[in-house]
Formats: sequence, structure tokens, C-alpha cells
Amino acid sequence: MADIALHFNQVTKIFLKGKDHLTAIKQLSFSLKKGKVTGLLGPDGAGKSTLMRLAAQLLLPDEGTIQIVNQSNDTDSHTLSNSIGYMPQRFGLYEDLTVQENLNLYSDLHGLTDNERVNRQHELLKLTALGPFGGRRAGALSGGMKQKLGLACALLRAPQLLLLDEPTVGVDPIARRELWTIIQDLKKHHVTVLMSTAYFDEAEKCDDILLLHEGRLLEHKTPQQLIQRLHNRSFIVTHQTLTKRQLHESLRTREGIQDVRINTEGVRVLVDPQHIPIKNEQESWQPITSSFEDTFIDILGKNSIQHVTSANHSSPTDNNAIKDNHHTVIAVKNLNKLFGSFQAVKNITFSVRKGEIFGLLGANGAGKTTTFRMLCGLLPSSSGELFLDNIDMRHFSSEGRGRIGYVAQKFSLYGNLSCTQNLNFFAHAYGLKGDKKKERITWAINEFQLIDYLDMNTDNLPLGIKQRLALSCSLLHEPAILFLDEPTSGVDPIARREFWQRINLLAAQGVTILITTHYMDEAEYCDRLVLMSLGEILAQGTPAEIRAMTVTKEITHPTMEDAFIHLIESHEKDIRRAS
Amino acid sequence: MNKQRLTGLIKKEFIQIIRDPSAIAIAFVMPVILLFIFGYGVSLDAHHVPVAIVVDQPTHESSEFIAGLNQSDYFTPQYFSSMSDAQQAVIAHQVNAILWLRDDFAKNLYQSKTAPISTLINGTDANNAHLIEGYLQGVWQVWLTQYATYHAKPFIIPVSTQSRIWFNPALRSRDYLVPGLIAVIMTLIGALLTALVVAREWERGTMEALMASPVSMSEILLGKLIPYFIMGMGGMLLSVALAVTLFHVPLRGSLFILLILSALFLLVALGMGLLISSIAKNQFVAGQIAIIVTFLPAFILSGFVFDIHSMPVPIQVITHIVAARYYVSILQTLFLAGDIWPILINNGIALLVMAIFFLGLTWRRSRKRLD
Amino acid sequence: MLLRIWALVIKEFLSLVRDKKSRFVLIGPPLIQLLVFGYASTFDLNHIPYAIFNEDVGFASRQLVARFEGAPSFEKAHVLTQEKEIGPIIDKQEVLMVIHIPIDFTKNLLNHQSASLQIIIDGRNSNTATLALNYANNIVLNFNQFWANTYQWGTTPSELIVRPWFNTNLLSRWFIVPGIVSLLTLVITLLVTGLSVAREREQGTFDQLLVTPFTPTEILIGKALPGLIIGALEGFLIVILAIYWFKVPFVGSIIALAIGLFLFLLAAIGIGLMISSLSLTQQQGLLGVFLFLVPSIILSGFATPIANMPLLVQKLTLINPMRYFLIIVRGVFLQGDRVIDLWPQFWPLALIALFTMTIATWLFRHRI
Repeated sequence: MADIALHFNQVTKIFLKGKDHLTAIKQLSFSLKKGKVTGLLGPDGAGKSTLMRLAAQLLLPDEGTIQIVNQSNDTDSHTLSNSIGYMPQRFGLYEDLTVQENLNLYSDLHGLTDNERVNRQHELLKLTALGPFGGRRAGALSGGMKQKLGLACALLRAPQLLLLDEPTVGVDPIARRELWTIIQDLKKHHVTVLMSTAYFDEAEKCDDILLLHEGRLLEHKTPQQLIQRLHNRSFIVTHQTLTKRQLHESLRTREGIQDVRINTEGVRVLVDPQHIPIKNEQESWQPITSSFEDTFIDILGKNSIQHVTSANHSSPTDNNAIKDNHHTVIAVKNLNKLFGSFQAVKNITFSVRKGEIFGLLGANGAGKTTTFRMLCGLLPSSSGELFLDNIDMRHFSSEGRGRIGYVAQKFSLYGNLSCTQNLNFFAHAYGLKGDKKKERITWAINEFQLIDYLDMNTDNLPLGIKQRLALSCSLLHEPAILFLDEPTSGVDPIARREFWQRINLLAAQGVTILITTHYMDEAEYCDRLVLMSLGEILAQGTPAEIRAMTVTKEITHPTMEDAFIHLIESHEKDIRRAS
Repeated sequence: MNKQRLTGLIKKEFIQIIRDPSAIAIAFVMPVILLFIFGYGVSLDAHHVPVAIVVDQPTHESSEFIAGLNQSDYFTPQYFSSMSDAQQAVIAHQVNAILWLRDDFAKNLYQSKTAPISTLINGTDANNAHLIEGYLQGVWQVWLTQYATYHAKPFIIPVSTQSRIWFNPALRSRDYLVPGLIAVIMTLIGALLTALVVAREWERGTMEALMASPVSMSEILLGKLIPYFIMGMGGMLLSVALAVTLFHVPLRGSLFILLILSALFLLVALGMGLLISSIAKNQFVAGQIAIIVTFLPAFILSGFVFDIHSMPVPIQVITHIVAARYYVSILQTLFLAGDIWPILINNGIALLVMAIFFLGLTWRRSRKRLD
Repeated sequence: MLLRIWALVIKEFLSLVRDKKSRFVLIGPPLIQLLVFGYASTFDLNHIPYAIFNEDVGFASRQLVARFEGAPSFEKAHVLTQEKEIGPIIDKQEVLMVIHIPIDFTKNLLNHQSASLQIIIDGRNSNTATLALNYANNIVLNFNQFWANTYQWGTTPSELIVRPWFNTNLLSRWFIVPGIVSLLTLVITLLVTGLSVAREREQGTFDQLLVTPFTPTEILIGKALPGLIIGALEGFLIVILAIYWFKVPFVGSIIALAIGLFLFLLAAIGIGLMISSLSLTQQQGLLGVFLFLVPSIILSGFATPIANMPLLVQKLTLINPMRYFLIIVRGVFLQGDRVIDLWPQFWPLALIALFTMTIATWLFRHRI
């Protein structure tokens, strides 16, 4: 037991919800080795947060025992919590306290002496690069900075076991990379880390993986071991004439293919070991090493992925519209937005063509949400031109809004209304009535497989279903343009996969889609994208073009994430140099 | 119990109070508004009540009587030529009562017959009507004695009443409303504000972070109790100072006793606030519950405005579980009557029992767990 | 457009009714307040405890004491034998009042001399003290008349005949319960409208609404209508309870009440929507509602007459919509007022409603 930091033995946790017993964790047993970084993965509702809280002693198990750093379960919780650092999902910061005040509070709570405090806070501020922001209120920090501050607060007492509950949700790639550097640094000091995450690239960097599903432990292995099980089952497929998206469509429904997704090089395919799929002419199949995402899909996705099959979105844009591919739908010219003296958006220009998937990418606080809100007519612009379907947004009328669909961050639905009631409301809101309304709602229920959830309050739906419902509501009136604001944030990988399948279909039918996202792998699905930083557009073009901008001697095949970080960091450096 | 952790929590709480506009609104703006409204605006004492006078035949006697009305601070007479006009004025809320001196008023007086004065009072506001009736009788009796002496008509009233009003001889309603208000204000700070701030910690996830740190539950509880105790006592002192200096309410009892008993009541209010927030972990629900179970009873069932004696018996029984009832009694006694030990001790014991009950229950319910 | 507003109203209703918390807000507080106010808030004196300190052994004093004992407002709690007992018993609030009959009471009366009677009263609650003193004076007055007639002391030169109008038994419940109609409709309307926009802002659905073809005016109407409907329903429910449960007479015109209620609701909705468009969170909304409610209830004449307030405060109450509606409700209930009688209340209320709705519309358009 000497090298064990955390040990779960047959742990079961049951919650009472009204009259129902909800088993969140079922007879879970595992041990974490000292000084290792372990990633906790699983779809929504798998019990990840419950596991974290059990480990942090915030919940008591109904059955079984939990041992921490060789101390048994029933020891004094004071000494225990001194050896544990825990960062809850929303970072546990006091938003109306400044960075320094938050640090002081947690120093007091952890009983740091004045000397220790000065040194440790200095060290942590340096580590997290929060030094210049000591006097800023935590509520005014960007998501990435909040995350780092939350981490700093959890690290004050140099814990032996660090528990991080989804530390990277809603945080941009730069901040995620910084967090990873900090964790690597902790590893050197033999801190044991357990973190739950929704990012596969993060999981792949961990020493160990715990894969949780419906409260049960499916796998506890190293990422390498997990990947090996997929030996020779992953391929990159390219086609001589078809675009990546068209190829994706043709592969998606083919027998023997378990999973398809678009990436940098082409279309990535995971093959079923039993069926060997037919390879068409003009296609080239190159075997590649499997990634962790493939494993996840392989283990969890077999039954749970809802394959989007029907495509009868009776789109307003019919076939001849698809031919007319160069018709500009969204035109933005010299757009500016000022909040007082602060310029949130600086003179940006871009255009989106019909049937395109257009991505809006940027770090937290880059101005993409502001741009997005101006595009939907939620914010008036300070200056510049903004045309949507040749309608000037300054005179954007009620009828104009009827042509767009919108899915807000966090899928804003009426939480205490049932699915049906939400669908009915949005149908009426867009002026649908009679048979047309019935037809569209039936379409939505079938297309988005909502039949099992119709009478449930939306608040009680899993996030993935909420996302489906939000998307279906925004599509009821068959909009020509669809706005999606971080539609996949916090949603588990399987639901994300489904989501992109639908988006691809919609785009193929001629719907123009504008999307913001934090997931860089998702940027590959876009036809074109803009990269924003500090209110300006840094780069614009197809994913391949943007990646090509950042090819260096060291990195010959940069991923989207590499490109993103490279471009933003060099831009911010330029600004710093200039000032 | 660790001093450093506790002071850390208390410091944090004070910074939050200063930066949170809603805390300031509840703790400072509300009390001042309430005090001013009650001190200046609310009064049960009628002054210059408009009354209609209908005199069928003006005589020396009738004008004497009316002069008596005019002299009184309670009435502002208005003259009407006929009863129907006067009645219209009552319906239109221009006057509250009609005094009717019939044409035989003087004649009856001369002939030593009883000369009636008919009075019609708008009874819609029953309390006000009672008060007007009392004032009218006072004016009438004064006039009657004067009349008897002046006309040397030997008229002796069989029983003459001498009333001695203790504690508040001028019968100013402000003198009992303003002290009672302190109970309402302390309920606001102690229960409503505390319930809201603890619920906010649950809502924003900071409670989870606190619990994962080495802080003990009793430190978290004390970290809330102490700052809001100080705030509540501050609010109390502010109210007492305003009551005495601005509204000239006498403070006849000792300030020291007032402080001690107020502290006791504040502990009850804080206990209720903490208990509410441990049941309702969201601000909206906690606010609703706090208003319904603490604020409204402190307003209505405490004897602050409405006399408990006059309530139906089942409601009188219910008032015994309203902490504000005991505190209002203490306040009205200390301000107007002085240190009357039997009342102070009885009510003080009731408050002590309630404080132990609520704080004890809160302490027992609070475990350092999320479920 | 009608269809869209209809959809908004339906949605608003569903989200109020389906949510346990909002359902509670709609049903819990009104019921509790109706019961508590209806029963507890009374200024009528019942069973006021008093003590008799009768030093006289004569029959006249016994007759007077019997009159006190027969009065329903008073309840004899103690009989004192020594003067020094008076102080402590009042101090301890065991009795509100002590009636002290001196030793020569009967003797004086039989000698055709004025006899004195001393009433010592606890003035801590000045209202109770005033009322109790009035009641006691009435008892003595009746005794005097009886004595003068029986023993031929001659007639009193004059007598004061007091006849209450409208509320002939002077029950303060008849005054308070109609007032609750206006109190509760105000509370409900403000809670329904004041939190509605903030709730959508918190859930993020407000943005969602704004990108749909709804115009701001449609959203405003969609938010105002549920308040109007719920306020009206609840208002009439309380009117019915007041009539059939609390047995308050209803003698006026129901149309006058309906007009008044409609105008009052419009004014309240305007205020609710103003609060709503200014507050970003439900908590701010709740606080705003609370900060508005308390002064407007206290300065409305609900519990204490406006006429008793200082002149400046009286002027201030002219902008309080509840002031007018209180007069309307009480007028219709107790005084039998018709539409024409209440015209002086209708037009200021209409003016306030117009004003608050205009400001709310303006705020709504400029804050989103």
C-alpha cells in the first residue's frame, strides 16, 4: 500500500431523489498510484463528479471504504483535508473578492503562517501568471484565469492528492495548455492528481485512465494499453474528387464502419473487427495509430451513438441553391463594438457563403461572443456594416429574425416546461400553425429521437438531450441561417459526435451555419473559419490554410490547436511589444 | 476551533457585505426607510379630522359648541347647509363625520330638556371611527361642564372619571411603533440577510470549496454568525439612536439590558436564518421562506402593530412561537416603562430557549457533507 | 401576431404552474397572508384584562363594577385589595387597566355629590390604551345616565348620539379584509411580473426570445398579460372569500370594482415590468419588489389612515396606486359606491397606470 494515494474499495453511493433511489456509483474499486496523473473519463451522468466528491470526503459512501494516503476513512477530517486539494466544477471562487483576497482567504483556511503565505502565494502567482491581476475581482476574470486561480487556491497547502473536477470546461486551448504545464510541474513534486475531463487529447497525456460508465468502472489502464486494443482498426481515408465532408457522408452509412470523423489529413475511420468494409475506387486507405478517442467510442459508443439516418429536413434551399454556392449570406464589413472606451471588436471583416459551416474561434475574451451577438441582432454594432441575406442588420425586423435559427450557450430552454411544450412554444413563436406545425414537430421528434423524453421537464434532461432539443427548436421553422454559440461545450464526446453528423447534413442541404467552439478538433469540420484575438481577426481561411500559416521547421504538421496557440501567442506578443 | 481560519472567514464576509449592493440594501437602506416611514409617516393618532357641521338654526349655544370643536386639535370643522350635502361629502371622503345640531337645539337647552347632538361617523375604518368617537365625547363633555357652570344651571355629573395614563401620557403611537420596529429590522438582518448569503454560497459552489478545505463546520457557522451578529447589533444601535434623537422616543430602561436582550433576540434570528439556508440551498427559495416565516410574523404576530390580546385565541397561541413577540414586549417595556424585571426575565428566558433551540438545531443539521 | 402573443402567454403560465417553487409563490403567501391578516390584524378590543380595586362597600360601586363585568371588550383578571398592588400588576402587563373606586363612592352619590372614579391605564400601546379608555368612558356615561334618571338628578342638558355609518358595528375586520384584496393582488402581480424577465435572463432564454420574430412590444404584452390574468383571478377569489368566509358585506357595484381592479393591475404590472427590466437576476428582482412593496403598503392607508400622516407624506401617497384602489375596494364593499362615486379615484389610477406602462415599455426597449 506504500505507493497508493487513494483507494476505493467496493464503494457504492445512492442518492434519494423524491421516492426514487438513484445509484450514482456502483461497487467501485480502484487505487491511484502516488505521483501519477489519472484522468477520469465518461459520458454525462456517469458519476464522475460524485466520485470526485467522495474522494474529497464531501460525500460519504453508502457501502465500501475509501482510503486516502494510508489513512483510514474515519480519521479526523482536518488532517485529511490538509493533504487534499480539491477544485470543484465552478472553481469555488468568491467572485466579489479580488484575486489576492481569494488567496488570502484560502491561506487562512489552510492555516498558512505569514512567512509561508508570502512565499507560497508568490510562487503560485508566478506559476499561474496571475501576478498582475492581484487587485482584480475574481468575477471579472476570464474563464481560463478563474481556472488558474481556483487551482492556485487548491494548491496553497501543497497537497499530496489533487482532485480537479472538469477543470477545463469552457476554457480556451491556451489556458488548457498552461494548466497542463502546471500539472506536469506538480508531478515532479510527487503530487497525485485525479482530474475529470472531456478532452481526449488531455486524457491521452495522463499516466492512467479511469473510464466510468453509469457508475461502474469499465477500464482502468494506461492510455497506451487502451489504444492497443484497437490495433489495425484505424484508417485515414482520402478521396481524389470528393470533399472531406462528402466523403464523410458516404463513409458514415457504410457497413462495417464504426466511426467516422473529419480531421486534418482526411476522414478518420474506425473499422469494425468483424466486418471488413468495402473500399471504393478513388479512395485511399492508410492505416494509422489509433487515438484515445477511438477507444472511447469503441468501448462506449457501440450502443449509445444514435446514428443520424433520415435527412428529410425539407430545407428551404433546394437543389438549385446548392449549385449557387458562391452566394454570400452573411457579410460583415469593418464591424466595431465599443463598450464605453473599451473596444471589444476592432474593425473586423468577413463573409460567409450559402451552405458553409463557418467557425468563429478565439481565446476567452477575444470578442467572439460579442461578434456573435451582433450577428444575431442581440447587440447593436457601434459602426460598420452587417448584412444578413442582404438585409441590413440595423433594420433587422421581426420577419428577418424568422429566417435565422439560434442555439444559445448552455441550450437556453424553458427548464420547467416539458419537451413538447418547448417545441410548441417555439413553433408558435415562429408563426407555425395548423398542419404545418404538427408536421414540423413530428419531424423534430423523429429526427432528434426525442420520443422518450416528451413529457420530461427540460431541466431534468441529460445535457446531450438538451442539446438535441435546443437544436430541434431552432430548426422548426427551417431557417436559412443557423447560429450556434458553443453548442458542444460540456457535452460528452458521443453526443458531440452525433451533433456534428447533424450539422454536416444540414450544411449539405444548403443551410448556412455559423458556430463558435472551444474544441479545436471541431474546427476541422468547418469549411472556413476566422481566428480572433483581442477583438481582431488574426487569420481567416479553410482549416488547411490556417494550419499552413504556422508550419515551422520544428512542427511540420501542426494540428489546429498548435496553429491556434501559435497565432494567438505571437499576436499577443506583438501587442505587448508595441505597447 | 482555529483562530486564523475563523478570522479569515470573517474578513471575507465583511468584504462581501461591502461589495454586495443587495446586502447593503437589506442591512442599511431598508432599516432607514422603515424607520423614517414609521417615525414620520405612520400614526394612529388622528389630528385635524375633517368633520361636517350642519346647524339648522345658528344660535349662541350652537356656536359655543362649535367653538369648542375648533379649539380642539383633533378636528377641522367644515360647514354644510343641509344634511344631504354633508352626506355627499362623507361618501366622497371629504369629511369623516357629521355633527347635526337640529333647529330645536337651543330651545331644548333653554327648556332644560335634553338637547341631542346627532353624530354620524363613517365607520369604514372602524379603528379610526372609534378614535373619533372618543375625541368627540371629550370635546362634548368639556363643553357640557362649561355650559353648566356658565349658565349657573346646577348640573352635577354623577361619576366623573379621572384617567391616568402611564408610560405614554400623550398617547403618541410613534412611541410604541418605533421601538417595535427594531424587532422587524433585526429580523431582516438576522434572518433574511443571513439566509440569503448562506444560500448564495451553496448556489455558487463556494460552500463545496470551503468544505473541502480544513475548515470545520462550526468554524463555517461561526464565520457567518459573528459578522451578521455585528451587523445586526449595528443596525439595532442605529435604530435606537434614531428613535431617541430623531423621533424623541424616551428610553427609560437601561441601555445595557437592552443590548443584552437584543443580542439574545439576534441569536434567535440568526439561528432561524442559518436553519432556513440549510434547508433551502438556493437564494430565491431561502428568501421566500425567510419572508414568510420570519418577516411577516415579526410584522403582524408580534404585537408590534396589532395587539395580541385582541386576536382570536388560536392565533394568540401561535404567537408564542414567534420570537419577535417576546422581543417587542421587551422593547416596548424598556423604552416606555423601564427595567421591569418580571417582564424582562420571562421574555428573556423565552428568547434564550429559542436561541438554544434554533442554533442547536442548525449545528446538529450541519455536517461537513454535501448530501 | 396574436398567435405569437398567445404562445408567450401560454408559455408564461406553464412555467409558473409547472414549477413547484412558483406554484408555491402563487398559492402559499396569499393564503397565509389572507388568514393571518384576516384573523390577526384587528384593532377591535376583545377580552382586555383589567383589575378592580374597589375600596367602597356600597351598592353603587357594585352596580358600576357589574357594568364592567358585563362588557365583552373587558375581562376581569384580578381583584385588588391594596393600592400598592396597582403598580406591579400594570408593569408586568398582567392587566391593561385598573379601575379604582374610592371609599366614599356610594356615599357621595347618595349625598347628591359627584363621585370620582380613577382609571389607571397602561399607555405602552397607545392605540389600545385610547380605545380601552373610550370603552370605559362609555360604560361610565351609561351609568351616569342611569343614575341621573333613577335618582332624579335632573336631565343632562345635552346628549351625544353617535351612529356609525356603513360599518355599523365598527368591526375592524370589515375594514382590513377588503384591504387585503388590494394588498395581495399587488404582491402577486409584482412577483409574477417583477421576476419574469430576470428569470429568463438567468436561464438564458431571454436571448433566445429576442432572436425569434417577437417584437419587444409583443414580449412586453406577453409578460403583462399573465400578470393581469393571475392578478384578476386572485383578486376576485379573495373578494369571494371576503364575502363568504369573512362575511364582509358587499353592497356596491361589481363593475366599479372591476374597473378599479383593472386599472390598479395595469399600474402594478407597469411597476413590476420596470423592476423586471432593471434587474439582472431573480434576487435583484425579489429585492426590488420587496423594496417597493413595504413602503407602498405602509403608505397606502391599509392599516393606518393617510389623514394621520404629515402633510408632506400625504402628498407622497398621491403617487401610490394602492391608495386609490384601497378607497375603491372599501367604497364598493362597505359604502355601496357606484362607478360615478369613484370617478375621483379612477382617473389618478389611470394616469399612474399610463405612466408606469410607458416607462416600462421605454425601459424594456432600451435595456435589451
